[in-house]
Amino acid sequence: MDMKASKKLGLKERYTLMTRDLAWTPTYQAVKDVFPLTEYEGIKIHDWDKFEDPFRMTMDSYWKYQAEKERKLYAIIDAFTQNNGHLGVTDARYINALKLFLTGITPVEYMAHRGFAHIGRQYPGAGPRVACLMQSLDEIRHAQTQIHSLSNYNKYYNGFQNWRHQHDRVWYLSVPKSFFDDAVSGGPFEYIIAIGFAFEYVLTNLLFVPFISGAAYNGDMGAMAFGFSAQSDESRHMTLGLEVIKFILEQDPANLPIVQAWIDKWFWRGYRVLTLVAMMMDYMLPKRVMSWKEAWEIYAEQNGGALFADLARYGIKVPKGWEQACKEKDHLSHLAWNTFYSYGMAAPFHTWAPSEKDMEWLSAKYPDTFDKYYRSLWTHYAREQAEGRRYYSTTLPMLCQICQIPMIFTEPDDPTKIAYRESDYKNIKYHFCSDGCKSIFDLEPGKYVQSWLPVHQIHQGNCFPSDVDPGKPGFNPLAEVLRWYRISDGIDNRDYADSPDKQNFETWRTQATGN
Amino acid sequence: MSVTSVAAYDFPPKDGADKFPAPLLYIGWEDHKMFCAPFCVPVPPATKFGDFVTDALPGMFSPHPDFKHIDWNKTEWFLSGKPFKPDMGKTMVENGVGHKSVVRFRTPGLTGLGNSCF
Repeated sequence: MDMKASKKLGLKERYTLMTRDLAWTPTYQAVKDVFPLTEYEGIKIHDWDKFEDPFRMTMDSYWKYQAEKERKLYAIIDAFTQNNGHLGVTDARYINALKLFLTGITPVEYMAHRGFAHIGRQYPGAGPRVACLMQSLDEIRHAQTQIHSLSNYNKYYNGFQNWRHQHDRVWYLSVPKSFFDDAVSGGPFEYIIAIGFAFEYVLTNLLFVPFISGAAYNGDMGAMAFGFSAQSDESRHMTLGLEVIKFILEQDPANLPIVQAWIDKWFWRGYRVLTLVAMMMDYMLPKRVMSWKEAWEIYAEQNGGALFADLARYGIKVPKGWEQACKEKDHLSHLAWNTFYSYGMAAPFHTWAPSEKDMEWLSAKYPDTFDKYYRSLWTHYAREQAEGRRYYSTTLPMLCQICQIPMIFTEPDDPTKIAYRESDYKNIKYHFCSDGCKSIFDLEPGKYVQSWLPVHQIHQGNCFPSDVDPGKPGFNPLAEVLRWYRISDGIDNRDYADSPDKQNFETWRTQATGN
Repeated sequence: MSVTSVAAYDFPPKDGADKFPAPLLYIGWEDHKMFCAPFCVPVPPATKFGDFVTDALPGMFSPHPDFKHIDWNKTEWFLSGKPFKPDMGKTMVENGVGHKSVVRFRTPGLTGLGNSCF
């Protein structure tokens, strides 16, 4: 039989055949029974075919691209590992930024995977469904490549070994965890505005650029490689987020107020999570890339400002908390690092007071605020530590009901005063760090009265190993909470100066660089 | 509706007073942000306010060098942000301090490390 070669399909034809053409309208079941979650949020979509996928990627080309990226990534990771690349980082303080990343960010990459798989299933339109499927696969790939890259450090340094266990338990990890749990328990439209738009489009550069440039600046080729490998996926995610928001707004004018309320909420939720990034940039990197304030000015004020100017034609306004976030850029990282320094017993990474040289840098980057407000704190801590009184707080802090961060934030116009906000709901008081968090609660109190606040859970007795009896004499609650967290006291936690990590790194590096 | 949901959605709050060994109290010292956030402690409702000040506060706040200079007679108190005058001889409940109340105190003249409010 003669072979008949058919003409190669064009991009557009291929896309049509392999995405939209695969969808059908069900006849045995009602459409609303097959896609039961599309109406309850109040969003109205009249024509799903109006969604334009800017990339027009099909699954077969997706696998090809991703496989190529994986090959490059694992070649770099292997080379880094085989050459003891970990000894080439600036110093072992840097490695604590990776512990923060692995415990805080990697598990939410996995949650993003689950979230996009879920909404992909729920959208009746084939275009967004395929785009969500790909993003779902990207997110699980990111989780996996991060775990693989960082597993090399787990062979040599403490604090990497229980990241998955800790993500569901440790106090500061409830910040990213509750953020994502909040998003995935919303409907399919809220989720895509929350993660696809507010996080991926507006804020993601403030997460990835600092960590990945931080890795590059501090000699960590392993972490740098997974960042670069994720970069082209991230740009696809950003585009999806933007296309989706435009699509929803163009479908029906009634969608605007709902979308605006989600933008207000999720900008603020995401911004609060970035508090962890701010302190990482300013305090945890031995060699810094730029200050949090500079990053905020570039990625939020300039880029975000342009984005919202562009969306103004749809009636979208700058998110409600924007102005306050801009005011906080001078303060965020300092307040956050004091929190981790004070509660340095209860996190699986090390903390330290900035050195005199570090403070020179902070003072230059924060000329209006560092010397005025923050220098005396660090000088005091350093003096205390030198005299053998390294300060650790042993009383639990009050948390915000929404972002779950300790109540560390100050009034937008008075950096000396902690901001307190409260609401009463069904005869119980709820407390918040800001107007942004309070208004999220006030819109959906029935959701947030169920928040799993780590401090309250400890006081309720839910955070001790099952083999202990809190009623017995000699019961040490702090020690038992650390055991429940699987933090080895004196090894995984406390000050860097006293850590086995510091000692080992110095010994190994000396061995590697001389006789 | 208190939640946007597919069906009726009504669940008990996670932090009702009945879940704790004693009602929670949040306590913050104004102008002393070295303590990065207010503290959260269970306080039995029959505790006298004065006993709480003498017995519980030093464990939390004495690491700050200003603590030993506090003149408790001049201290200003706030309940949910509003000025109030606790009766030191009366209990928490009698003073109107209940589950998840926020009590703050200000110590005039003491403004933290190098007057930085830390």
